[in-house]
Amino acid sequence: MTSYSGLSGPMARLIDELSKLPGIGPKSAQRLAYHLLRVPEDQARDLAAAITEMKARSMLCAVCQNITETSPCSLCRDVGRDNTKICVVAEPLDLLALERARGYRGLYHVLHGVISPMDGIGPEQLKVRELLMRLQDGGVQEIIMATNPTVEGEATAMYLHRLIAPLGIKVTRLARGLPAGADLEYADEVTLSRAMEGRQEVTM
Amino acid sequence: MTAPRIYRTEAIVLRHARYGEAGRLLTIFTPHLGKLRVVAKGVLRPTSHMAGHVEVLTRAALLIARSRSYDIVTQAQTLDSNVALRDDLQRMSRALYVAELVDRLSEEHHENYPAYQQFLQVLQWLIIAEDLDVPIRFFELRLLDLSGYKPELYVCLQCKQTLQEQPNGFSGAAGGTLCPQCALGDAEARTVSVAAQKVLRLLLSGDLARAQRLRLPAAVSRELDAHMRHYLPHVTERELRSAAFLDAVRATQPSGG
Repeated sequence: MTSYSGLSGPMARLIDELSKLPGIGPKSAQRLAYHLLRVPEDQARDLAAAITEMKARSMLCAVCQNITETSPCSLCRDVGRDNTKICVVAEPLDLLALERARGYRGLYHVLHGVISPMDGIGPEQLKVRELLMRLQDGGVQEIIMATNPTVEGEATAMYLHRLIAPLGIKVTRLARGLPAGADLEYADEVTLSRAMEGRQEVTM
Repeated sequence: MTAPRIYRTEAIVLRHARYGEAGRLLTIFTPHLGKLRVVAKGVLRPTSHMAGHVEVLTRAALLIARSRSYDIVTQAQTLDSNVALRDDLQRMSRALYVAELVDRLSEEHHENYPAYQQFLQVLQWLIIAEDLDVPIRFFELRLLDLSGYKPELYVCLQCKQTLQEQPNGFSGAAGGTLCPQCALGDAEARTVSVAAQKVLRLLLSGDLARAQRLRLPAAVSRELDAHMRHYLPHVTERELRSAAFLDAVRATQPSGG
């Protein structure tokens, strides 16, 4: 006696594909799939087209590895930027966040991840070689490590420091400490001790 | 009476993964509840202060609420941040290797208090050790023993004869030592030197004070590393991923270190 599986071919396949996305389990995938069944035809088609077009037209900048439609990207081609500094980030979204802050006028490099030994992500899985190649021409005086202050982010910063400092290039790290609006009472001891270490003279 | 909805436990965070939009799925090792996977929801939001308290290698006191899927961490307070392990690449790479060993050799919800204590001891040892590879060799053997995978080091596993003081065979497939004759029959068996056998036995005994006084010649250290690389996958089914990073970090060590 066969049981009713409830899902036809295309629907089952859509659910299968959606559940491959990060953070989307079988239940969420089902909900999304059934939602898409009910939306207007052109909304579903626009979604499909946006996905294929993004994949077709996006590429990695040959210089900084950021996501771009042209290689080299507009940031790397911008002659108004300070090409003696490279700010190294883990992900394109980190680059966006730093650019929104608008203080920094140097260049960037995107690693596309951080060293995570237990997940098998080492330097070879990241865009480290591409970064080292950029340093070969000379001209770069400072590498700013802007990875997150997590164990993996620190491992990445320390490892790259090991590789780059011998080349005579200054390797700096973003200041770590209390975020604006934070509460000392709830902050963890590592954050507090780093904030204390990095204290600056008050200028009025 | 049903189990209380909220429970407390001390834990060391072994690893984390993204969970949902701003959460982390933590793999933690506890003294009395074994290995657990719990969710810290919203921990990545800027308004959350929990992130530092549940960072990898941190020992924390957790308040956890039962839930239909993963239990949820509602409060976390650092007991020991082990930051000395995190500020030094050589120490950090070994600490992550040790954490991965715990992850791979422990079962969820399976209490192993001696293993927890040993884990704590080894992390503290890694903070002060000069030769960083002795603690990890010690922990590999101790954790194998405490997890029910104690390797044989005194007797040939094939013919049951007590081993002579000579180079013998060491086999992951067999689960320990073989005499030279029986070793010929095991294609994967490696030759283990007299010095290495002595060190292995000392470390397996769990005598921390003596282990901490060990000064291993580089050749013996390398030999032991090779033996354990060969042995461990027979128990853990896969190579330990953090071993590759450990190698990479060792390669960047200034010579003489």
